[in-house]
Amino acid sequence: MSKEKSCCCSADSCCAGEPITQYGKDDRWVTGEIRTSKGNVPVISTMLQFKDTLGAWKVRWNIGRMDYKINPRIYAVGKPDKISPVIVSSNYKLTFDTLRKELSGLDCWILILDTKGINVWCAAGKGTFGTDELVRSILKTGLSEIVSHRTLILPQLGAPGVSAYEVTRQSGFSIIYGPVRANDIKKFIATGSTTHEMRTVNFTMWDRLVLTPVELMQAAKTSLMVFGVLFLINLFASKPFGVDDFIVYAGAVLMGTVVTPLLLPFIPVRAFSLKGWLLGLCWTVGFVLFKGWFTYGYWLLAIGYLLVLPSLSSFLAMNFTGSSTYTSFSGVIKEMKVAVPLIALSSVVGSVLLLVAIL
Amino acid sequence: MNNKYLKNVVTLTLSAEKCVGCGICTDVCPHGVFCIDGKKAQVKDKNRCMECGACAINCPSKAISVDSGVGCAAAVIWGWLTGNEPSCDCSGGGECC
Repeated sequence: MSKEKSCCCSADSCCAGEPITQYGKDDRWVTGEIRTSKGNVPVISTMLQFKDTLGAWKVRWNIGRMDYKINPRIYAVGKPDKISPVIVSSNYKLTFDTLRKELSGLDCWILILDTKGINVWCAAGKGTFGTDELVRSILKTGLSEIVSHRTLILPQLGAPGVSAYEVTRQSGFSIIYGPVRANDIKKFIATGSTTHEMRTVNFTMWDRLVLTPVELMQAAKTSLMVFGVLFLINLFASKPFGVDDFIVYAGAVLMGTVVTPLLLPFIPVRAFSLKGWLLGLCWTVGFVLFKGWFTYGYWLLAIGYLLVLPSLSSFLAMNFTGSSTYTSFSGVIKEMKVAVPLIALSSVVGSVLLLVAIL
Repeated sequence: MNNKYLKNVVTLTLSAEKCVGCGICTDVCPHGVFCIDGKKAQVKDKNRCMECGACAINCPSKAISVDSGVGCAAAVIWGWLTGNEPSCDCSGGGECC
């Protein structure tokens, strides 16, 4: 994002100074500026362009995900005035794009908090989408002079970080928690109320599917280190690791990072570690049977994999509790206290067997 | 889809004495754990609570308490190993949530 000072006013208007919110010249989602008593505010498009879609695809695949952000402060949609609603959101660009594409035809202000490029829910958990940052943003933008009313619409999922009554006490603005999903905003603004459906978090198969590439990419990155170690071990091995070993390993990773998340509600146990372990076991047993490794000369290899790989799937699946929308922290700790020692023990014993088998 | 997690682990408590019945907890809860029964809030389905803490921080009469925490399993293990609170701090170039 360009930080250079630029004056974007048209020739006939006087440049009172920089816009309240800085933006780059090549940010094509800014379509102009609107004048307020506190300075100019960038007006944004409600249409996503190819670059936005490509950006969303990249972060879903974990490419530049931690640095996909816009400048915080305030933006305008349509031609808002002093009585237009103010919607609050985070400065993660994926969040911002998801929001603005739902705002076509509306005139409103968007107050963007500095959440360091993290989405509303995770930032609220950390407190960066929080009471202090919200009060600070209200002051920095001069919001109380841009609008005459004293109401902010917050995404419901920002609530874990924001104390509504405390914001009111400190800033005079009262908070209304809007719907969970941006695509309900228009309905919410039109009717002024939410339904139980708008207030409830889902975790559909599609919701889970879009999360899996990040899980897969992170596992792949760690796997490169594993492959490095295996390559060194192969130099001394009498029966070195080969393609079959790669396939059985990759399958276990896929079971933990992709298949378990996708089949989540259909696997008839509740603990994520157990869900992953079961699928990892099915895969490993299946592959070992297919290769006929339950025979003389392959026993150590077969048992080694049966100890290592389901544990690996289990660990990867357990990590998905961090992405799920319904696991409680107490529950995660409870399952980890049992699962982590078992996973560690099983992996160590299995690894020793594998080493003995190939050396 | 009916996603359910471990039962009877949640740390959520609601004090009926302190509750003023404002209903903000029913607004902010992402899993419909609360309902307003008469003039007070009630915990309708405790096992659905994911301990996000939205109800507790927004309750004007401090009638709700819940130990909320964030972090993926890797962050929790890291917390155990280093003796720190588990946290999912992505700002340091970490790669979680």
